[in-house]
Amino acid sequence: MSGALDAASWLLISAGGFFCVVGALGLLRMPDFYTRMHAASVTDTLGAGFMLAGLALQAGFTLVTAKLVLVGLLIFFASPTATHALAKAAMTRGLAPRLAGPRAEEEGPWKR
Amino acid sequence: MIYSVSAVGALFAFWLLLSGHYTPFLVAAGLGCAVAVVALARRMNVVDREGHPIHLGPRALFAYWPWLAREILKSGWDVTRIILDPRLPVSPTLVRLRPGQKTDVGLATHANSITLTPGTISIEVGKGEFLVHALTRAGAQGVESGEMDRRVSRFEAER
Repeated sequence: MSGALDAASWLLISAGGFFCVVGALGLLRMPDFYTRMHAASVTDTLGAGFMLAGLALQAGFTLVTAKLVLVGLLIFFASPTATHALAKAAMTRGLAPRLAGPRAEEEGPWKR
Repeated sequence: MIYSVSAVGALFAFWLLLSGHYTPFLVAAGLGCAVAVVALARRMNVVDREGHPIHLGPRALFAYWPWLAREILKSGWDVTRIILDPRLPVSPTLVRLRPGQKTDVGLATHANSITLTPGTISIEVGKGEFLVHALTRAGAQGVESGEMDRRVSRFEAER
């Protein structure tokens, strides 16, 4: 039983790590400020979510798990608010997003 | 009054969860703090349906959040595939949409849900209009289809 739990928890933590790395990679690859924020939100949601779930499996039914759930709830409510504040500040400041033309798919790769 | 009682209960439970020490003094101190905080909040007039929306609890937990979690998984995977694609097939798009929610809690929930799902960010949030930045044109169409709007409206609706 604990072997299966360990395996599931390892799987979840590895998946969380994978999505954190993907978010970081996206942060580097995306062409402008707004598109980079989309990449960062992969780390926020899937990365943090899978890792917290994996850690909760390690802790079992303890106070530690309760605290992990609270951390998850905090991220769940605070991170979109912070992201929105950031995007709104950029827009108010006059940073125009790079938008796709009518046929973006044929425009080829998006270079910075 | 029911909001105050429920807020004291929630704060006390929060204290017990985070403390982990159950000596009589610390438990009494926790209860005292919870009562004091709610008393202060009542003086500030923030203990009400909006500040402590207990009426939304069950629907949030059992109907809306599971659906939102699935959406986050789906769109998170889409954004992951875009990031790992060597061609980086993004088509950033701005869309305006008219949210159908009537309460501030509903509007905030809708805007937060848009931002929480990877690939879409709410940039401006007003009573009659949201400005949303989407990573791809398909994502923008997903926002425009209004499924999230309908679900949040159902979630905020009165019983």
